[in-house]
Amino acid sequence: MLQVSDLKVNYGMIEAIKGISFHVDDGEIVTLIGANGAGKTTTMHAISGLLKPASGSISMDGTDLTRTAPHKIVSMGLAQVPEGRRVFAQQTVEENLDLGAYFRKDRENIKDDLDYVYDLFPRLKERHTQLAGTLSGGEQQMLAMGRALMARPKILLMDEPSMGLSPLLVSEIFHIIEEINRKGTTILLVEQNAKRALAIADRAYVLETGRITLNGTGEELANDERVQRAYLGG
Amino acid sequence: MGFLSYLISGLGLGSVYAIIALGYTMVYGIAKMLNFAHGDVIMIGAYVSFFALNSFGLSLPVTILLAVTVCTALGIVIEKLAYKPLRQASSLAVLITAIGVSYFLQNGAQLLWSSSTKVFPSVFGNGSITIGSLSVSILTIITIMTCIVVMVALTLFINKTKTGRAMRACSEDKGASTLMGINVNSIISITFAIGSGLAAIASLLLCAAYPSVFPTLGSMPGIKAFTAAVFGGIGSIPGAFLGGLLLGIIEIFAKAYISTQLSDAIVFAVLIVVLLIKPTGLLGAKQNEKV
Repeated sequence: MLQVSDLKVNYGMIEAIKGISFHVDDGEIVTLIGANGAGKTTTMHAISGLLKPASGSISMDGTDLTRTAPHKIVSMGLAQVPEGRRVFAQQTVEENLDLGAYFRKDRENIKDDLDYVYDLFPRLKERHTQLAGTLSGGEQQMLAMGRALMARPKILLMDEPSMGLSPLLVSEIFHIIEEINRKGTTILLVEQNAKRALAIADRAYVLETGRITLNGTGEELANDERVQRAYLGG
Repeated sequence: MGFLSYLISGLGLGSVYAIIALGYTMVYGIAKMLNFAHGDVIMIGAYVSFFALNSFGLSLPVTILLAVTVCTALGIVIEKLAYKPLRQASSLAVLITAIGVSYFLQNGAQLLWSSSTKVFPSVFGNGSITIGSLSVSILTIITIMTCIVVMVALTLFINKTKTGRAMRACSEDKGASTLMGINVNSIISITFAIGSGLAAIASLLLCAAYPSVFPTLGSMPGIKAFTAAVFGGIGSIPGAFLGGLLLGIIEIFAKAYISTQLSDAIVFAVLIVVLLIKPTGLLGAKQNEKV
């Protein structure tokens, strides 16, 4: 579904991504783990068009995303839950969700998807008239996820969904990620919480200072000595 | 003249400031830049109206339509040519460019139409309505009504239409807006178009009240309206209205009760005091980040 080949991205003068290749197949949960500053968010931004790659290609179902206008990418079926949630604080929960479906013309289905999101996150339904800025961190994360789902994406990119949340909420968020995947949405997950991410991932890649150093199934990497030493505190 | 009639002429003047201030505040809210050429768009609007009425003898509605069209197009072109290439540049570079555009328009007007003042024809007549001892000119009533219509229409547009909601989203977070599929560039373009179209309307109201047309005509109202936008909280649409109206009232009161010469100084002094007490302006958004 998503194919990244020899991607290089510069961040100002710094070469942040030094030629990485990976792919995500239909229906998978793939995770990209790595320390702070390894280039995870840069990779995500390059895929969704917020950053222009220096070279390499990113293609989705055969279409080159690096040649697609950034605002057109979501309508091709790729939505992103950005790092730090980035909900529209001055707009209500429901207005945020409506913006998630901004590019869509199929009104009848949007209503169904809103019900789906409210089923997944009943808390959002309770608070649908509240300004997003007044929600707690966990609720904002749910809103950011719900907002991305309103695009009815084929593939969902999630950047650090567990950041800053209590362990209980982290468990809840990861359950929901699995649930979304079961309903048929492919997932590319970037996480610092490597343990949790590897536990739900079909496959995983380790990103270190702009390069992919390891890859394998989630289980393989979870049992890999190097990964355990560097990321799992073992 | 009594207190009430000063208040009403203050509201009239403030209405013009408010309509201009909207251009500043909307562009700042979305593009995060101060478009110092905004006042000169008013000047262009004034010349277009002057020639339409005087040289071509067009009717008032056609003139308004023409001025709005020309200014809207001008706003879009200025943004495309001067500001869009600087999207990634420092805000100082954009600010200097805006000042450059302002000089370009002023000198262009001087070259094309000379620096001599042209007398704007009377468009709304000199009539007035008298209620008891209070006499209000038709022009003031039209001005205040226009301001109210603009305020209602714009509020509805921002809150109820898809484009309006996309504008609000862009003003908060352009990256996240792009992820939603919003074309940020076209939203910025639309913002300039609306601001400049409103500048054309303001130019007519301004010239109807002060009927002289000259190349630097937009500077002072531009600065005052910018002040009004900051006063109300730059980036906030209700703030621009409140700031504009208050500024107009303060200016007229200062002229009436304190000193005609000092009125501008008093206006700016009030601004300084407000910003000292509330740096984000009267209705300015406090930026809260939640983790």
